Amino acid sequence: MQAAFQGLLVILIGVGAAVGYFYFSNVYLDKVVFPARAQTADELRARRIKAPLISFLLVIALVVIATFLLPVLVARSMSDVAAALLGGFGAVWALATSISGLYVLVVAVIAALATRLLLAGDLSGIGQNINRANLIRPWLFLGPALFALGLYLAYPVIETLRLSLTDRVPIPGGGGAFRYQFVGLDNYTQMMGEPKFWEALRNNFFWLLVVPAMSTVFGLLAAQLTDRLSWGNIAKSMIFMPMAISFVGASVIWKLVYDFRPAGSEQIGILNALVTSLGGEPQTWLTVPFWNSFLLMIVLIWIQTGFAMVILSAALRGIPEETIEAAIVDGANPLQIFFKIKVPQISGTIVVVWTTITLVVLKIFDIVFAMTNGQWETQVLANYMYAKLFTSNDWGVGSASAMVIMILVLPILIWNVRNARREMR
Amino acid sequence: MDNIAGKKSSLTWAVNLSVVLLVVLWLFPTVGLLISSFRTADQIATTGWWKALFPAEQNLVLRAADPDENRVERDGVYVVEGNLFEGEDVTGKIRVWGTSSQAISAFTPGEVADLGDGETMTVGADGAYSWTGSEDQISGRGQRVFVSAMVPPKFTLANYERVLFSGSNTDSMAKAFFNTLTVTIPATIIPILIAAFAAYALAWMDFKGRALLIAVIVGLLVVPLQLALIPLLKLHNGIGIGKGYLGVWLAHTGFGLPLAIYLLRNYMVGLPRDIIENAKVDGATDFQIFTRIILPLSFPALASFAIFQFLWTWNDLLVAKVFLIDATGETTVMTNQIVELLGTRGGNWEILATAAFVSIAVPLGVFFAMQRYLVRGLLAGSVK
Repeated sequence: MQAAFQGLLVILIGVGAAVGYFYFSNVYLDKVVFPARAQTADELRARRIKAPLISFLLVIALVVIATFLLPVLVARSMSDVAAALLGGFGAVWALATSISGLYVLVVAVIAALATRLLLAGDLSGIGQNINRANLIRPWLFLGPALFALGLYLAYPVIETLRLSLTDRVPIPGGGGAFRYQFVGLDNYTQMMGEPKFWEALRNNFFWLLVVPAMSTVFGLLAAQLTDRLSWGNIAKSMIFMPMAISFVGASVIWKLVYDFRPAGSEQIGILNALVTSLGGEPQTWLTVPFWNSFLLMIVLIWIQTGFAMVILSAALRGIPEETIEAAIVDGANPLQIFFKIKVPQISGTIVVVWTTITLVVLKIFDIVFAMTNGQWETQVLANYMYAKLFTSNDWGVGSASAMVIMILVLPILIWNVRNARREMR
Repeated sequence: MDNIAGKKSSLTWAVNLSVVLLVVLWLFPTVGLLISSFRTADQIATTGWWKALFPAEQNLVLRAADPDENRVERDGVYVVEGNLFEGEDVTGKIRVWGTSSQAISAFTPGEVADLGDGETMTVGADGAYSWTGSEDQISGRGQRVFVSAMVPPKFTLANYERVLFSGSNTDSMAKAFFNTLTVTIPATIIPILIAAFAAYALAWMDFKGRALLIAVIVGLLVVPLQLALIPLLKLHNGIGIGKGYLGVWLAHTGFGLPLAIYLLRNYMVGLPRDIIENAKVDGATDFQIFTRIILPLSFPALASFAIFQFLWTWNDLLVAKVFLIDATGETTVMTNQIVELLGTRGGNWEILATAAFVSIAVPLGVFFAMQRYLVRGLLAGSVK
């Protein structure tokens, strides 16, 4: 219940803060910094003092409010919330007397100086004020998003690169604190020396080869076959459904399929039941090296086929009817129509589907973690990284393996960005 | 178009058949787990789930009624009569039976078993039995009978009761369910709000560096989550958030933003320019245009992204494990609970299947209710 209450609180605070920010920052811009009216020289001079001062005070006020609210947001219970609110004064005092307080002051001064800088030049007319405000406004709208993107995606890329070149060393007598010692490429060489890393890399390679190909092929097949069917939409729904199931849920589903009972007793996993009914020996499938990786891939293919089907089905519908009619008139058979007329026309979409699934595959973690945890030679890069990070507590090698994933993603990233830029022109 | 020139009859049955096959293949694993979640542990362990819909043969150990209370004297011999299935929670049709664990299929129904010294027993196919002997022999505990019987299909809700309402700490999903909900809802709402403003700026405001920003966002779209784990964990610990809901909300917000901005911007760019320019001429501010015009018109795109983000945060394991779940395990989410069950209760399929279905049920509900928006979002979201 407390968690639910806290969730509600965060929705209220978060949504309130976001809406409040967007609304009041616009008001501040239009009413205080750049009011849309003509001003005398005296008024302008007053504004050049008043606006920076308000900016300065705003920063201080926001920090104080945040200091009060932050403990509330991490509180685990109602009594914690009360204590956190009461403790707010103490926290503000502690902040004001610490080195962080100085940083806040510096930021506030920078905000004031920046506001003053915005007010430089001739600003006596209405138009000048409005134009100046409209130059700033996009950045107000973009602000929170850019901040979050920078902090949660861009900065980690740089920081991971840095951490991959360092070792985390506990400071003696530092009470669990660490320092980061530059070690050059040691983490990378250490990683290269580990057979588990090469196993992960090899498996990732097979995943990359098999999963996008099979998902796309099955997706294309399903899209084409259901295209003209009266119950095609229901069929598509059923094939699409695994997309909604979590990787963990899918792992449980497929673990039951691969379940093993000793020979002689009744098999409850469908795969072993099939094998024994055909006269074979039941296997503990997930422990058979090399082939078990492919059994894990089937889970992801099962999930991603629906995605491929939906996208490719829309692409197939978008093919101009005339091209197909012309082919029929020329006497092409259905197979020729499919392979020579339809597939070439949707080749762009096929590439998109392929790369999208490739990205999913590069990051695949949950399925391996839940089904084998990398045992029996099923390790993949993401799970290798997780094990380094939280089992061996080796942040250096963990970061190095994360960088390997990044390097593998990089070609797709560049290709996507180039395409997006070309499209915008 | 494939069906002109008489191709129809020869091909449609093949197409129908292969689609049926494909659908069955795709549904089969899920159906297996669903059926298993309604079966008892014994049923799951003895027969495959695909046999659950049909009567199955089961080996049962049953016992005749207590002789001291039920025996009647008839012509100098003592007799106990009754039905073996009385008081049991199964009924069935007996195929073979026996009175010793070494020979459980020694007799067919109706045959008379000689238990030595004139003590006899006979069991009918419906479980009716008659056990005869001297006063000494028909005493103590009731005679054990081993039967192989065809038992009709039987389903139970006991697993769901246990997983959802029992309150047992190891198996309970109730707490994890609410924790997942607590993670999911703010982590869906907050990024939408932030992204919508940014998308509007990128779609309808002119400023230097706009094209570059869009390119950067397309690039961030594919940055793997794995890179963010260590630096952000370090950051969260550094600023005092540590592991907890706030951390996981912020993380999901950050990771969801590129897709949100990309989807919403693509949609907003397509809105008619006239409406926005007219509003501007009428003196509306950008904030008013955004809240009064753009936001209501963008509802389909907002819904698409909301579904994506909901499914992704609900189904996520990695982010929750890194940013939320601490040593106390108080804040565990369902995906993590299931992985732990896989470790501790690997063979208890009745618990596993039920737990998995509790976690799958909500996304499946959302999926079937809002499939239209999901498909639209997928089509807009795949980088063309």
